Amino acid sequence: MPMDSLEASAVDVLVIGGGNAGLCAAITARRAGARVLLLESATKHLRGGNSRHTRDIRYMHRGATEYVTGSYPEAEFWEDLRQVTGGDTNERLALQVIRSSEDLASWMQTQGVRWQKPLRGTLHLARTNLFMLGGGKAMVNAYYETALALGVKVAYQCEVRELDIRDGRFVAARGGAAEEFRARALVVAAGGFEANISWLKEYWGEAAENFVIRGTPYNQGRMLKELLRCGAKPTGNPRGCHAVALDARAPKFDGGIVTRLDSVPFGIVVNNKVERFYDEGEDFWPKRYAIWGGLIARQPDQIAYSILDAKALPCFMPSVFPPVEAGSIPELAAALALDPEKLTAVVERYNRAVRPGTFNPAVLDDCRTEGLEPPKSHWARPIDTPPFYGYPLRPGITFTYLGVAVDERARVIFQDERPAQNVFAAGEVMAGNILTQGYLAGFGLTIGAVFGRIAGQEAARCAAS
Amino acid sequence: MPQADLVKEGARQMTICNACRYCEGYCAVFPAMELRRTFGKADLVYLANLCFDCRDCYYACQYAPPHEFAINIPKLMAELRRETYREFTWPGAFAPLFNRNARAVAAITASALALIAVFVLVFTGPAALFATHLGEGAFYRVVPYAAMTVPPLLVSIYGLAVLVAGALRFWRETAGAPGGSVGPAAFLCAARDALGLVYLRGGGAGCNYPGAGFSASRRWLHHLVFYGFLLDFASTSVAAFYDHFLGWQAPYPFWSWPVVLGTAGGVGLMIGTAGLLYLKWKSDPEPSDRPMVDMDVAFLVLLFLTSVTGMALLAFRETPAMGTLLAIHLGAVAGFFLTLPYGKFAHAVYRYAALIRYAAEEREARREAN
Ligand SMILES: Cc1cc2nc3c(=O)[nH]c(=O)nc-3n(C[C@H](O)[C@H](O)[C@H](O)COP(=O)(O)OP(=O)(O)OC[C@H]3O[C@@H](n4cnc5c(N)ncnc54)[C@H](O)[C@@H]3O)c2cc1C
Ligand code: SF4
Ligand code: SF4
Repeated sequence: MPMDSLEASAVDVLVIGGGNAGLCAAITARRAGARVLLLESATKHLRGGNSRHTRDIRYMHRGATEYVTGSYPEAEFWEDLRQVTGGDTNERLALQVIRSSEDLASWMQTQGVRWQKPLRGTLHLARTNLFMLGGGKAMVNAYYETALALGVKVAYQCEVRELDIRDGRFVAARGGAAEEFRARALVVAAGGFEANISWLKEYWGEAAENFVIRGTPYNQGRMLKELLRCGAKPTGNPRGCHAVALDARAPKFDGGIVTRLDSVPFGIVVNNKVERFYDEGEDFWPKRYAIWGGLIARQPDQIAYSILDAKALPCFMPSVFPPVEAGSIPELAAALALDPEKLTAVVERYNRAVRPGTFNPAVLDDCRTEGLEPPKSHWARPIDTPPFYGYPLRPGITFTYLGVAVDERARVIFQDERPAQNVFAAGEVMAGNILTQGYLAGFGLTIGAVFGRIAGQEAARCAAS
Repeated sequence: MPQADLVKEGARQMTICNACRYCEGYCAVFPAMELRRTFGKADLVYLANLCFDCRDCYYACQYAPPHEFAINIPKLMAELRRETYREFTWPGAFAPLFNRNARAVAAITASALALIAVFVLVFTGPAALFATHLGEGAFYRVVPYAAMTVPPLLVSIYGLAVLVAGALRFWRETAGAPGGSVGPAAFLCAARDALGLVYLRGGGAGCNYPGAGFSASRRWLHHLVFYGFLLDFASTSVAAFYDHFLGWQAPYPFWSWPVVLGTAGGVGLMIGTAGLLYLKWKSDPEPSDRPMVDMDVAFLVLLFLTSVTGMALLAFRETPAMGTLLAIHLGAVAGFFLTLPYGKFAHAVYRYAALIRYAAEEREARREAN
């Protein structure tokens, strides 16, 4: 443990979790004069939690820059958030995040984060979101470099297991083998519990065994559980999680962005009983992306198959694994271990139901089915041009919504509605105050950066008093 | 790694990058990759020669080892480039020179040096060799004019021919989709990228070299080497002009064009090569391809020796050491030009050819998008 030399009493602010939120908190607290120790479960190579897998951040801004194509005012930002959450959000905190996001671009740049133009294939985010040059890991690297240069102490492979919080006051955090960390203030930024399969099972049952976890295996939710055990007030839907359709061949953990599949709108999707179960062409993929995880999670064995033909292949971003390819539908079915006769029948029925139209992936076009249940409302073209392709799909969990309640100073709220004296939370562990359902691309980092900075500021102030 | 395995591994890694694209803003490799869906040998060879080995994408990669995807683009690209140099060189019988390049370069240079030493001792004799020679034609009293001009000219022409042949083969083999027509604009654009080392800028912060931190030192040191080399080339050309057309023979006075250009170039080369060698020594071995590092080191050491001996010759040309220094300098120069097409220098032509293709492709892609 590299922290031997660091006396526990020499720490003002203890930060648990070294992702976006924790790093923003540590840097801010350090800049405010506090002596900061950051504890991170992962090794140096795998540090950075889910933030390591991100690529863009949403922020309010008044005009176009070299990197964004236009303005994104507060009212529009708020309206977007209201829509995805169905209005179920803590308005005060949400507006705080939106307003405070305005200076994020310059603040992040000061910490060494650099930008790039929106990636090809992400035009829908070109106005609202900033893309980090090199993605989330480059961002995380920049934060670590800055934090270390400022004098923040960092300990890797240091998982905190227990929190000692009495009467709303943080006393100590304990890791393995009698490691104890004391500090005047605590910032918990340890992410959600998306990597904790047994916890997910509490809500999803055995189905959770078949989920793929897109991010870090280290987000076990231990700190969230500890805070709740110490009396913190929960917030956000405990069953809620952001789940997308992934290539079923993805690694169980940490597959990140590359295992997602954008093929759904361009073909049909069947479950392992070879039945279609949802309108594949309901809306643009970025808008429907996040419901397909849940849809597949409710299919038998939590698996589905995207079925395409040669016309469809160039329509979407390539993914990491090549599609299963076959010269005919029965052969494709056999290769995917589906019933060949059934798949042939489903494809034929679908092909017959397709109405002629003008195919255009850029708009909600008029290519649709008639008399088919469920319908395919757009981009429906007959699946008739060999070779035929199939991708197996599984639900991929991005993050969970359950968190602890906080106030506008990032103080953790206890069940008696009183705020903690010296316990602060930032990032995914408190995002449920704002995001109760749905997701706005790039908003996870926004919440973490805004609340990370607040938590760092407040923790430093608290430690100084 | 045998070729087929390397191509398979290259396709695997590029397929992952193509689904990710986070590094799109770093260099030309990623935008070029995105114009493709599958990665055959030709695609990989082309992409590899677009890579400047800045390593930004290695430290930024969430899939770098120990992640099970084990993405390591700089290392992969270096392996592929080495393969390019080997495969496209001429004559094919010399391709093995790329296998253990440092050893080959050292052996050739040592032989050249020995040959010149023997030549000088036999034809010039010790008396003239260790004497002080002053005034016009001093150098030629140690090594005769014809011996000093004709072989280097022949060797340079040969080297140039080999490099051009390699570039043409590279061009032919990497042709095909997505393509785009090559006009003067592509040449200009590629020249701008190459001469400015644009892809070592890393969006302004420099590159992750020698380690994870950002630094502009590699870019500036490379500039010193490259422009130092050009200045020395200019110095030699001016000297040749003086000699042939004006009848002024070397050595030239300190404030003459050949000496001023040569000195500036020599100092640039010395600092640049020494600095790059220091960076190599410090550099993270993980994103490196070991044999490529050896090739780089051999080239840099030889270039360093050439410049140091050149400067020493200038400093001591009016002393009895001149003869010996001249012989050593000529040995280093001979080694340098003999191994020029069979060592790291080759990267310049393949890189430039790849950048031309890139400029043409990008133009075409933009035209199609509009
Ligand atoms: C594939 C993928 C892509 C995404 N893309 C984007 C995007 O482009 N934009 C966006 O805004 N959001 C994106 N998100 C969501 C985003 O990753 C999260 O909202 C954000 O990273 C949360 O930041 P955080 O700091 O709260 O948690 P994390 O970044 O997950 O950090 C938590 C850290 O705490 C550590 N930790 C956990 N438990 C302990 C413990 N007990 N002791 C010590 N340390 C502990 C973990 O190791 C981890 O490093 C993406 C998510 C995924 C999975
Ligand atoms: S090097 Fe890594 S981060 Fe960069 S594009 Fe490739 S997979 Fe993505
Ligand atoms: S090492 Fe640098 S130049 Fe090479 S592919 Fe990566 S980012 Fe591009």
